[in-house]
Order: sequence, then C-alpha cells, then structure tokens
Amino acid sequence: MGFEKIIFYLFSALLIMSASMVITVRNPVKAALFLVLSFFACAVVWLLMEAEFLAIVLVLVYVGAVMVLFLFVVMMLDINIERLRAGFISYLPVGIVVALMMAGMLIWIVSGDGSAFNNSVTHNADYSNTRELGRVLYTDFLYSFEIAAVILLVAIIAAISLTLRRRPNTKHQKIENQIAVKRNERVRMVKMKAEEKK
Amino acid sequence: MIEWITSVLSFLPSELVTVITILIKIVVIVLPLMIAVAYLTYAERKIIGAMQVRIGPNRVGFFGFRMFGLGQPIADALKLMLKEIVIPNNASKFLFLLAPLLLIGPALAAWAVIPFDAQLVLADINAGLLYVLAVTSIGVYGVIIAGWSSNSKYALLGAMRSAAQIVSYEIAMGFALVGVLMAAGSLNFGEIVRGQEGYGFASWYMWPLLPLFVVYFISGVAETNRAPFDVAEGESEIVAGFHVEYSGMPFAVFFLAEYANMILISGLASVMFLGGWLSPIAGLAPDSVFEIPLLGLLLGNGIHWFFAKMAVFLFFFLWLRATFPRYRYDQIMRLGWKVFIPITIFWLLVLGIAILAGLPPWFAAT
Repeated sequence: MGFEKIIFYLFSALLIMSASMVITVRNPVKAALFLVLSFFACAVVWLLMEAEFLAIVLVLVYVGAVMVLFLFVVMMLDINIERLRAGFISYLPVGIVVALMMAGMLIWIVSGDGSAFNNSVTHNADYSNTRELGRVLYTDFLYSFEIAAVILLVAIIAAISLTLRRRPNTKHQKIENQIAVKRNERVRMVKMKAEEKK
Repeated sequence: MIEWITSVLSFLPSELVTVITILIKIVVIVLPLMIAVAYLTYAERKIIGAMQVRIGPNRVGFFGFRMFGLGQPIADALKLMLKEIVIPNNASKFLFLLAPLLLIGPALAAWAVIPFDAQLVLADINAGLLYVLAVTSIGVYGVIIAGWSSNSKYALLGAMRSAAQIVSYEIAMGFALVGVLMAAGSLNFGEIVRGQEGYGFASWYMWPLLPLFVVYFISGVAETNRAPFDVAEGESEIVAGFHVEYSGMPFAVFFLAEYANMILISGLASVMFLGGWLSPIAGLAPDSVFEIPLLGLLLGNGIHWFFAKMAVFLFFFLWLRATFPRYRYDQIMRLGWKVFIPITIFWLLVLGIAILAGLPPWFAAT
C-alpha cells in the first residue's frame, strides 16, 4: 500500500469521524471546532486529488475566515442544549428525507458508467493548477465569473445596509477632529510668579 | 548530504526514505528557528532595555562567566519546563492543552515554502504564497480555543478581541499579497525573489509596492498580536488576555509561538518586498567586486542577506513595542477597515496601470 493511500484513508476516516461528531456532540462550540477539523481533512483529501488551489482556498476561506466568525458568534450565544435536543425528533423526518436524497445522488453518480472518474489526468509537478484555473476563469467563463462577483458584492451591500442603523446620539469620536487638534485647543499656558522665599 | 542519507537508508522502502529525509530537513529548519526564538526574547529585553536606559538581563552566563547575560533564555526555558501545569476548574482539558499547539504549529509549518537561498527550500510549491496565507490563518484558532477553554472571562475577552482583530487585518494583508503576486506574476516564492533581480536594491518590490509594503508590515504586527496592537493580551486591562490561565510549558509554547510568528512575518516581508537572498548591490557593482575572495562572497547573493533583512524587520518589531502606546480597540478596527483596505485597493489599481505600461525597471517587458 502506497504512502498516498495511507494518507487518503487516514484523512477520509478523520473526515467522516469529525463530520459525524459535528451533529452528535452536545456542545455547540465543540461542534463548530469539529466542523473546522472536517474542512481541514477535506482539504487534505482534495490535495491528494491534485486540486491544490481549491484545497488551499478551502482552508483559507472556510477555516481561516468563515469558521472564525462562526465560532465568534457561537461563543457569545448562551445556547440552551436541552431545548435544542427537544426539537430533534420533530426535525428528524425532514432530515431523513434530505439525507436519503443526498445519498441517492451520490450513489447515482458513483454507480454510473464511471466516465466521470476514468478520464482524470495526472500532471507533473511543474503543472500549475492555479494558473490553469485562472486562465479558464478569466477567458472561457469570464461572464459567469464576473456575474458571480457582482452578486456577491450586492449581497455584501445588502447585509451591511440591513444591519446599519443610524443612531444620532452615540458619543463616538470624530477621528479627523482628533487628528487636526492643535496644542492651543488643549493646553493653556499660565504664567505664574515663582514662589517667594519666606 | 541528502544523497548520503538516502544511501545509508537504502535498505528501507523508498517511500519511508522520502519521509525520513523530509523529517530531517524539517529538523534542520525548526531547530535553528527555536534557538532564534529563544535569543529573540533576549534581544528584545536587551534592545528595549537600551531604549529605556536600562541594562537588561546581564547575570546568567555559561560556566561561571556572565557573558552579557547570554544564558538568560536557556535559564528561562528551563524554569518554565519545571513549573507545574495548572488546569483551571471546569476547563475543557483537551482543548486547553491543544490551543498552544494550534498556535505554534502554523508558525512553524509556514517555513516549509520559504526559500532561504536559490536552492535551499523544503517544498518549492507553485502556490507558496497562498499556502502561507492559508496556514497562518489557522493560528487564530489557538487564541480562540485558549480563550474559550480557559473558562475565564478575561481569557474569553482576549480571545474575542484577537479574533476580530486578526480577521480584519487578514483582509488588508491578503490585498497586499495580491499586489506582490501581480508584480511577480507567480505565487511561488522562488520566482517572486527572482523577479526582483536586476539593479540591486532598486529592483526590489518595496519601491513599486511601497504602500502595500507598509500595510503588510503593520498588518503583520497586528496579526502577531504585538504592541501596539496587543489588545488580545492587554495586561493593563484584561490581565494577560487569552493566556491568563496558562502556566509552565503551555505558557512557554504561547510565548514561543508569538516570537516564531514575528520571525515568520519578518521572513515573508524580506522575501516578498526586499528580495530575499539577493544582495543589494548585485547588478549594480561591477562583477570584479564579487570575485574578491571572502569579501566578494559576503557582498554577493546569499543566505546571509536573507537573515540580515529579517533582523532589520525584527528590530522594527521591538522598536515599535518600545515606542508606541497601545491602540484602542475601535481605533484598531478603523485603521484596518477604513484606512488599510482602501489604500490597498487603490494601489492595486495603480499597480495594474504600471504593469500594463511596463514601468521599468520592475515591470519592463522581457
């Protein structure tokens, strides 16, 4: 068994273990941390599939940014675990349906004629995944790429404008006034006679 | 050297030999790094001492000689190793001990792709810049997990501050790195350095990318939670922030990680903006200068220039700490979001125009 296979089975097992821990562990902070671990294991599996760029971006975006903000919120919440568990049974049928659909899709793809897998080409070490991806994104799929970027920008602006409230009475500081301040506005020089000796 | 090791180990399966040689290379990088970390703490105490007209550590030496206190880091390390590890009540024990490792792991792993020399690099991968960005972004989990698992409000406050700060400054840092990869046309660190060859120090990317260079270094200071951005520790407000509950070796690992991160940021800055191992006069001075025995070797390209450039940045880190008072939290957020990100976006536009125009000597079409 090759070294690559050892790594593959190790991290696949880690991925499945951590993904199932996400939904079974009681503590929401620990669940979020297991999700981080599953992203990481997934990135390693992608690396073995020679998708270096996607693997690194998965770590960079999901592990490095999204999950940090996620943890940030989860830590601040005072979540009542008992109440969460009470809703488990009522959500179960919907969950089972979704899970069956996902499993069905996976089985349908895997049990096909295998054309999706067999035509994968392995490249040498000097093949730059990033360059190829960039070339395709900025030439063949330019419009869809740009449209996706605009949609994301709209989403950002919408999220900010939804949460932005004008509160006129806050005592926030005006930085430009602070920087423009002169000595004379803050310090008053007082001339005094020296104390006389008695 | 490597050939010799492979020949000695030839009785083992070839994959195992590969693993062993990589492990040896890792040790060769990490061991000097750890020594550098230890002596960086010594340098910090000495330099800040000099700036504040104090002497700094000058007692502990070797074999009965004081030697300007050079034994101090070793003594500190020994002391921390012998201390008891206290784990707070109701703390999540596994996460509590995992947190320091999560902080130091990325700081060491990022060194895998940094070229010390034209040949000396552990993994010469194509997406080196992205790898460093991704790996260093994992470090924030160490801080967050430490803060949360300590079961202490000061630690949690420190973790929250740190998380918000690191996420904010990572965006400015990422944009600064986008400038570097635009200028070099590559994500590979070796090619980034080779793109800065030509007219000595005038060809370094710090000139066309000056605003990005400044933004990168200041963001680097913020990412490492060093003064003046050390609100995560904030010893005058929240005791010691995220590592207030740590003692003994776990605390020492936090300490090591902070300094390892400083060295990493310095190394990255010198590779991306100051031309890594390139000599400042290579290409400017006549070739006969580099043929002088010994002196020519010193003046030519080499690993010593990389270390010298790193030392300059490390000195800046210490200088900043001795000079500036701590930023207030809202000022940190303003600087990151409202100053740095607009500056970097504007300069990326300027840079794009400069590259299109083929501005010499950096972007002249070859």
